[in-house]
Amino acid sequence: MSTQILPTHTRPAAPPLARFLVALYERMGVLGLIAIGIVLLVVLGAVLAPGIAPYDPTVGSVTQRYTGMTAEHLLGTDQAGRDIFSRLLWGARSSLAGPLIVVGVTAVFGNLIALVSVWWGGLVDSLLSRVLDLLFAFPNLLLAVLAIAVFGPSLTTAALALSIAYIPYTARVIRSTALRERNLPYVQSPQLQGISGAVITVRHLLPNIAPLIVTGATINFGFAMIELAALSFLGLGVQPPAADWGLMVSNGQQSLLKGYPAESLLAGLCIVLTVASLGYIGEKLGGRAAAGRKA
Amino acid sequence: MLSITDLSLTLAGKHADLAILRSVTLAVATGEAVGLVGESGSGKSMTLRSILHMAPVNATVTGQILLDGLDVLSLRGEDLRRMRSRDVSMIAQNPHAVLNPVLPVERYLVEGMHDAQGLATRLARVRAGELLEQVGIDEVDRVLRSYPHQLSGGMLQRVVIAGAIAGKPRLLLADEPTTALDVTTQAEVCAILDECRRELGMAMLFVTHDLDLAAAVCDRINVMKDGEIVETGVPEQLRDDPQHPYTRALMASRPAGIGWTRRGGTV
Repeated sequence: MSTQILPTHTRPAAPPLARFLVALYERMGVLGLIAIGIVLLVVLGAVLAPGIAPYDPTVGSVTQRYTGMTAEHLLGTDQAGRDIFSRLLWGARSSLAGPLIVVGVTAVFGNLIALVSVWWGGLVDSLLSRVLDLLFAFPNLLLAVLAIAVFGPSLTTAALALSIAYIPYTARVIRSTALRERNLPYVQSPQLQGISGAVITVRHLLPNIAPLIVTGATINFGFAMIELAALSFLGLGVQPPAADWGLMVSNGQQSLLKGYPAESLLAGLCIVLTVASLGYIGEKLGGRAAAGRKA
Repeated sequence: MLSITDLSLTLAGKHADLAILRSVTLAVATGEAVGLVGESGSGKSMTLRSILHMAPVNATVTGQILLDGLDVLSLRGEDLRRMRSRDVSMIAQNPHAVLNPVLPVERYLVEGMHDAQGLATRLARVRAGELLEQVGIDEVDRVLRSYPHQLSGGMLQRVVIAGAIAGKPRLLLADEPTTALDVTTQAEVCAILDECRRELGMAMLFVTHDLDLAAAVCDRINVMKDGEIVETGVPEQLRDDPQHPYTRALMASRPAGIGWTRRGGTV
């Protein structure tokens, strides 16, 4: 109905932002709000890094090594005298961009493979499923290391290699759900109306499995972040002197032994907090999607 | 206009093949309503699904289905889609399952007319409203904007009927269209279906397990058992002089006290 009937004695309308926050709180809970806050903070830091970072993340100063927390260097400096706070802000960029590539590529190809094999079924389905089985046989990081050995270490190579490793997981989960939906009458009835398979897949199948796709992407994002950090830690992802959280954890090892744990700890904390937040948000979204499905 | 000859359908099983339909032969003349009556699992729905190429993937279908001379079973791709969108419509048992739960009703109707029959979207919208009026819906705009879960089964089945008659098909396949509905709405929906069919001169193959309902709606009835048609006749003949023991058993299994009514009376 276009007009909404409200009780006459409602409280005065709260400002939109407050109402939005309340709605968000009702959906996600306190922890969910905190998680969203952390993710927003990280994204903001990454986007605004050039503006708000007090120092150049790659330029150090020999006289400013290991200053500890001071007014000039909020979180101290590393062994090369580079400002850790600035490096964390800049590091958020590659630490977010990498997983974003992984999630994007995985979502596109994983879902494409899943939907194609569900719609055509039969031989196409068997063939695609066997190819996925083959991919499953490779450990993710091994595949990534292999690709890096061939194409040289860089964030793009590492991210693309991880995407290939992730595609089978996404494809398999989406395929099983899409397969169940495919046999429901609401998907078959447009077919009986003479509508083509591609249109039905995009218009009817896709929206009904969308919640699962979103949830999967959120959770994948967390995994990708950890594994890309691991690759950077091993020197196979982002290359020094660029700032990256995984790289910082690895770079801080020597400082750790000398009694300056700030760099490794803070970078590690950033990774853990971001991944945990994303995982929690994903789980909340997934739980809601599952609850909506049962109703 | 529809003639099915020697239609057999076999499901490939692990140990032995399972015959679902055995040489089904039936015909529907232009504008005629033909009933297909039998118990669950007798192959009624499978017969309908075969006409639309919707038999299960592991099924082998043999025989011949002619639709005004068109060999239906040999249709593929574009030709099959054209047949489905223009010549034959199907009304399924449970309307709530048939409509996409995340799209409003209007999209269901417009999609059929726009994507399948090539009508411009704007015209299809207007036509959707007209169709809903035709199936006896008063609050057309509200229904068009509603999502499937917001409408009752009877209301939704009318929407499905509207969608089925949108392309003025020559043949309507009704697969127990009232089984999932309240008894109170059954009669209404049946009456609407019957009226639309007559107005547009469509033939109908009406599947039901309810012999009384079939008698009220159909000109001729085929009684089906275990994938075979065991008896064919006009309703009165089946009532007064059932030839096959199964027809007699079906007649006897009706709850006592229900009258035998022809069209126009209570269903």
